[in-house]
Amino acid sequence: MNLKSAEARKFRQFDLKKKFRISESIIQASLFFAGILSIFITIAIVYELGKEAMLFFNDPDVTLGKFLGTTKWQPGIGQYGIWALVSATLVTSFIAMVISLPLGLASAIYLSEYASSKARSILKPVLEILAGIPTVVYGYFALLFVTPILKSIFGDQIQVYNMLSAGLVMGIMILPLISSMSEDALSAVPRSLREAAYAMGATKVETSLQVVLPAALSGIGAALIVGISRAVGETMIVAVAAGSGPNFTFDPFKAAETMTGHIARISGGDLSYNSIDYTSLFAIAMMLFLLTLVLNLISQQIVNRFRERYE
Amino acid sequence: MENKYAIEANALSIYYGSFMAVNNVDMLIEAQKITAIIGPSGCGKSTLLRAFNRMNDFVPGCHVTGELLMQGKNLYSKDIDPVEVRRKIGMVFQKPNPFPKSIYENIAWGARINGFKGNMDELVEQSLLGAALWDEVKDKLQDSAYALSGGQQQRLCIARTIAIQPEIILMDEPASALDPISTLRIEELMQELKKNYTIIIVTHNMQQAARVSDYTAMMMLDKEGSRSGTVIEFSETKRIFTNPKDKRTEDYVTGRFG
Ligand SMILES: Nc1ncnc2c1ncn2[C@@H]1O[C@H](COP(=O)(O)OP(=O)(O)OP(=O)(O)O)[C@@H](O)[C@H]1O
Ligand SMILES: [Mg+2]
Repeated sequence: MNLKSAEARKFRQFDLKKKFRISESIIQASLFFAGILSIFITIAIVYELGKEAMLFFNDPDVTLGKFLGTTKWQPGIGQYGIWALVSATLVTSFIAMVISLPLGLASAIYLSEYASSKARSILKPVLEILAGIPTVVYGYFALLFVTPILKSIFGDQIQVYNMLSAGLVMGIMILPLISSMSEDALSAVPRSLREAAYAMGATKVETSLQVVLPAALSGIGAALIVGISRAVGETMIVAVAAGSGPNFTFDPFKAAETMTGHIARISGGDLSYNSIDYTSLFAIAMMLFLLTLVLNLISQQIVNRFRERYE
Repeated sequence: MENKYAIEANALSIYYGSFMAVNNVDMLIEAQKITAIIGPSGCGKSTLLRAFNRMNDFVPGCHVTGELLMQGKNLYSKDIDPVEVRRKIGMVFQKPNPFPKSIYENIAWGARINGFKGNMDELVEQSLLGAALWDEVKDKLQDSAYALSGGQQQRLCIARTIAIQPEIILMDEPASALDPISTLRIEELMQELKKNYTIIIVTHNMQQAARVSDYTAMMMLDKEGSRSGTVIEFSETKRIFTNPKDKRTEDYVTGRFG
């Protein structure tokens, strides 16, 4: 090469001196700040929750034994059994996952392994619309549409407010989330693995279910965890459709109030800052936080057990 | 084997959409021999190889004209099941692609989905012995296949292919990602395998083609300016490398181009 201009000669110059690159530093600093910020916010939330929850547990009337050992929740008259709320959260979340996990996975497998690009271009927007519906709309959909259908099937066995309807609709709400996260995980499985399976004389079903699916399991596990967190934390649907009154029961036909539904209802009314009702909300929130954490850890364990790593 | 030829292509052309990638190939591939396909990059070697076991079915828009005959049946006729074709014509890829399962399961899986009912432990052992991998892995059959080296992974891929007992094994540059020692092992293995299987191998390595193969097909773009490849010369390897008929073949195998 034989470039003549001054700029060109300068380009060739030999300079190994350390340079200060301002844009690199700015970007690095902002990324660091963003990372720190999310950690800080998490700590702040946990701290605030813990502080207020301590006030609740410091009340001479409240004991941890009562909190975890009884099943009636009515702080106004000295009943502090958190299981009355936890049970409803578990039942509705369980129903939601029973609906959304298989359906979400099935639609993900269909989208990533089977769908023609035309089918995909119709189905994906539909799923995105599902994901964009406000949860309060889902709540009234459960109460005004799904519940009457359930009533016509089960008759008077099922109450007007019931956990089944709320759980089912919550499952529909979570389905697009599970589906799109799982689809990403499935699409990320290298083509070479599919080809390996086909070259062994595998059918499409064998390839999808026995090679691609297990290889995508860690991503699907992430979808499962996010889905569970969504279900446990969902508020509007259960507040509208599941019932408003703590009720310790695992019968999905019954009305019961979840932790989130209870917090929403109580905090909506007049509350004085030092009442037991007020501090109890933080204890519930703390419990909610722990429950989510435990469920996440359990799902993580399950996924780790079954997943297959490629590379 | 009742038939001298394992597979034959008659006027086989392969298209990606309207683009003809491989033009009018006639080949009689002898059973229990190693046939090498050589030629410059982009001339359609992989395309042709993948046509043999209908792997191109997965490429949208890819279709063929002409015939591909195996034991008298056209593998592209309507009543042929491509899944069965692939079971009879196995394939080893350029980059080792074991399943993310245990070494044992890598081999057992293919046999199981193809309805193998015998003693699985025995099949796994025999397949690994056949792929010259048994001694290296016999104590860690339950380990992940990804814990193996690249060369070992490639031999595992060969082992799982022979576990389903195909008639023909297709290999697309099976040693190009491997070091010389692993390459040598694979080549030795091929000599062993050809006692029972017909092997068709695509390779960029002239010495490899000369060393291992009995027959060699030379592919080239069919004429100046065209993008379609074809087989310009196909005969015994010795002949291709010492006394080719076509000037282009001679230039290619001796390293003189254009
Ligand atoms: N999936 C595809 N869709 C469209 N065209 C393709 C596809 N795969 C290959 N081709 C084209 O077909 C021609 C032959 O490709 P092929 O991969 O068979 O070449 P090759 O001889 O194997 O080359 P190499 O030695 O580099 O592997 C090329 O022009 C390539 O661009
Ligand atoms: Mg190729």
